[in-house]
Amino acid sequence: MPTFEEIKRVLSNVTIGIAGAGGLGSNVAMTLTRAGIGKLIIADFDVVSESNLNRQFYFRSQIGQKKVEALKANLLNINPDVKVISFDVRLNEDNISEIFSTVDVMVEAVDNAEMKKLITEVFQEKYPNMPLILGNGMAGWGQSNDMQVTQYGSLYVCGDGKSEVSETLPPIAPRVGICACMQANVVLSIVLDPLFKQKHLP
Amino acid sequence: MMEIVLNNTPEYLNTNKASITVSELLSIKNFSFKLLVVKINGTLVKKDNYGVATIKSGDKVQVIHLISGG
Repeated sequence: MPTFEEIKRVLSNVTIGIAGAGGLGSNVAMTLTRAGIGKLIIADFDVVSESNLNRQFYFRSQIGQKKVEALKANLLNINPDVKVISFDVRLNEDNISEIFSTVDVMVEAVDNAEMKKLITEVFQEKYPNMPLILGNGMAGWGQSNDMQVTQYGSLYVCGDGKSEVSETLPPIAPRVGICACMQANVVLSIVLDPLFKQKHLP
Repeated sequence: MMEIVLNNTPEYLNTNKASITVSELLSIKNFSFKLLVVKINGTLVKKDNYGVATIKSGDKVQVIHLISGG
């Protein structure tokens, strides 16, 4: 059985890509930093706003700051040794595969379904063997048991697959957090399971 | 009847054809969502090819409906 020290050593040598630094991305980055992942590549174009604070890993004092800069500061405040490579860009078909070309595992954490589709198509076409973890369906509250991880080859889908964000079904911290933690948990399984000949997926 | 594995679950399709297109599958299953990711035996099929990419008995097919939120 692996020791905690061995697990930490493995995690410290891994690079994870995160597309989006909102409700999913900021929380995936937070929990992966706590877990001891060595390097994160994060891209987002947005700035922190007051409406983000109901679920995203930012603070009132950071309103108006670029999300990638605010997130990097918060992550370094957890672990000063984590390497955070941030890109303050709007992702598109051309830059996605360049920005994240060196990652071991890719996490999709954008809010817009069309962008989720674009990211999925670019990665599954260009890097068909690179694990890609989607967040799909996490609006509202309750129904924790509907949240699940489904594996389709190198593609992993976290969420309930049905709860779309709307005026009457907003994204709120607990369910968004569950989805983000599910995504981060899949990252750990993908990285650790083969090394320690265990199977904790999904 | 055609037997495929759709989204990790065995699925029997009521058809006499030896193969069907992705468009035909979506029609048979009444999948009317706009934002889909489709894979056949692990290979991505883009929307432009839904009318020509074919599915035959024994294929593993994934149709994932993407929804906003994050």
